Amino acid sequence: MSDKVLLQVRDLATEFATRSGVARAVDGVSFDVHAGEIIGLVGESGSGKSVTGYSILGLIDPPGRVAAGSVKLDGQELVGMPRAQLRALRGRRIAMVFQDPMSTLNAVLKVSTQMELAMRAHGKPGKQEMRKRSLEALAKVGIPDPERRLDAYPHELSGGMRQRVAIAIAFLNNPGLVICDEPTTALDVSIQAQILIEMRTLVREAGVSLVWISHDLATVSVLASRLLVMYAGRLIEEGPTAEVLRRPHHPYTQGLIDSLPSRAAPGKDLLQIPGSTPSLTALPSGCAFKDRCAHATAACDTAPQQTIAAPRTWRCHHPLNMDTATAAQATP
Amino acid sequence: MINQTRFIGLEAITRRFASVPPLSERLAKRITGQKASTTVVHAVEDVSLSVAKGETLGLVGESGCGKSTLGRVAAGILAPTLGEAHIDGAAVMRGGRKNTTRVQMVFQDPFASLNPRMRIGDTIAEGPIAHGLVQKSEAAADVVRWLKAVGLDADAAQRFPHQFSGGQRQRVAIARALAMRPDALVCDEPVASLDVSIQAQIINLFLQLRRDLNLTMLFISHDLSVVRHVSDRVAIMYLGRIVELGATEDIFLTPRHPYTSALLASAPRLAADGAPVQEIEPISGELPSPINPPPGCAFHQRCSFAQPRCQQERPLLRAGGTAREVACHFPLQEEKQP
Repeated sequence: MSDKVLLQVRDLATEFATRSGVARAVDGVSFDVHAGEIIGLVGESGSGKSVTGYSILGLIDPPGRVAAGSVKLDGQELVGMPRAQLRALRGRRIAMVFQDPMSTLNAVLKVSTQMELAMRAHGKPGKQEMRKRSLEALAKVGIPDPERRLDAYPHELSGGMRQRVAIAIAFLNNPGLVICDEPTTALDVSIQAQILIEMRTLVREAGVSLVWISHDLATVSVLASRLLVMYAGRLIEEGPTAEVLRRPHHPYTQGLIDSLPSRAAPGKDLLQIPGSTPSLTALPSGCAFKDRCAHATAACDTAPQQTIAAPRTWRCHHPLNMDTATAAQATP
Repeated sequence: MINQTRFIGLEAITRRFASVPPLSERLAKRITGQKASTTVVHAVEDVSLSVAKGETLGLVGESGCGKSTLGRVAAGILAPTLGEAHIDGAAVMRGGRKNTTRVQMVFQDPFASLNPRMRIGDTIAEGPIAHGLVQKSEAAADVVRWLKAVGLDADAAQRFPHQFSGGQRQRVAIARALAMRPDALVCDEPVASLDVSIQAQIINLFLQLRRDLNLTMLFISHDLSVVRHVSDRVAIMYLGRIVELGATEDIFLTPRHPYTSALLASAPRLAADGAPVQEIEPISGELPSPINPPPGCAFHQRCSFAQPRCQQERPLLRAGGTAREVACHFPLQEEKQP
């Protein structure tokens, strides 16, 4: 990992017009991704983690729109970039891996054809070269007998193999940044472990940056060196993985960790976060988490600003696990 | 707490699914004088299990290992090809309504398992009314009782599934199962589709119901930490067979089957102090096909301890120590406690 900032997201806001009003799925999200870094973007359904990923790639379709903010890749602004330019960039410099490979791969095209399409979108490679590159890419993601798999259709592959093909396609054009949206959620534990380890090797060798979106804290923490936690469209906490997990500052992060079954004695009740995620069109004023929070006070009726105490940031009036040193260092 | 009677009894259950090739293929084969071959999926092979009254047995395995099929056989939804499923000594598939409704099921996806066009109240009351457990006139009160039991308000009865979140829907699905006054519940991945914070609420609900109603449960899941939390005993399945069975903490602390051990090592987890565990060890290879199960031990191709014997002779599930059963020729030794 280097100090060079590859992706810079500032005050990103993405809105969807719905019947019950405008839903701000992403609300003022800012973060950096350094070259060669793996960051984990964590949150529950509706927290805006996937929409953040889609917004970076310019994949928000009406009635949704990126309402405000900036996304810079290597200094180049992506928000508002003309479609053709964005198309040339997608797959070449930023790629994405989605959750369900059965719906992202084309069911009626052979693996080889789909890989060729991805390469031809960004150049005019010859038939031989494409085959060579495809075989290399498949071998790199741990597909045994790539020669044979190249002629297979997606339905002939297992779920794990399909996701490997999707990952191989994402890495085909040597992008600088790959956004993975829950790529192992649909897979079995043993296959998930294989892919996690392969991803780690792939990232180290290719020097790419990875944004790993997931709802699963444990899975994300295998790979990510930094964690970003989202709740109701806002980034509520950020910091090095081990620190965030050991000493979470935001009560929501603490709640997420505490509600894991492994945190309670077997058979004993789990600590649960009461209530459920609020609807994005009817968010409470102030802190969106206050109705579910045990630490909420009158102060929480005003929205908390982001507190930055590098390398950690949080957005809470009553942060937890603070020692005096961190508190003094904090500048609101 | 638990008396050692066989409450749910699965005796030598085998369930195969045959897929007949399409007509065109069969005709073509007949014209050319070949025999049309049907492919047989060996979903569950010779599994015997028992669950005591008030006990929760966790059934763990990866997709395609046959755990859901076994659950459906136990609930009397699927007839086994061989063997018989019992509840409290009676065969669940025989004796008509008296027995077939004694085991109820909670499914994974409450978006799919609830009828979107039926009000919640009607969904919950339908079974009990049809089976004469409650009179139509008393059904509304009965519905409210079960809604309360799962932590929902009485006015939920008038609403439709789409008006509820995933966690609330799963509560409705549980209320529907409970309204049938079951003797046992088969829960097939009941928290897999829920968010972490909601998952904790539903797990707590199961724990509470088990305390209040002395429920007997077969709890099917691929999530090791969930199973560890709710189960008294755990059975690990691999390719249609049980490879290890024992008390939950014994299995998790000293796994004796190499598959159990490898499965535990490959699961992402957090350490006790919350620190991430970055050293996970994946199992090599993939699950073999249940259409052509490998000879010998089904796990031998992926096992780092496999010997020539494992390729030829299938290990039987046998007792190894107290209430511990392992199907392995070379089980891992229990670590000596200092």
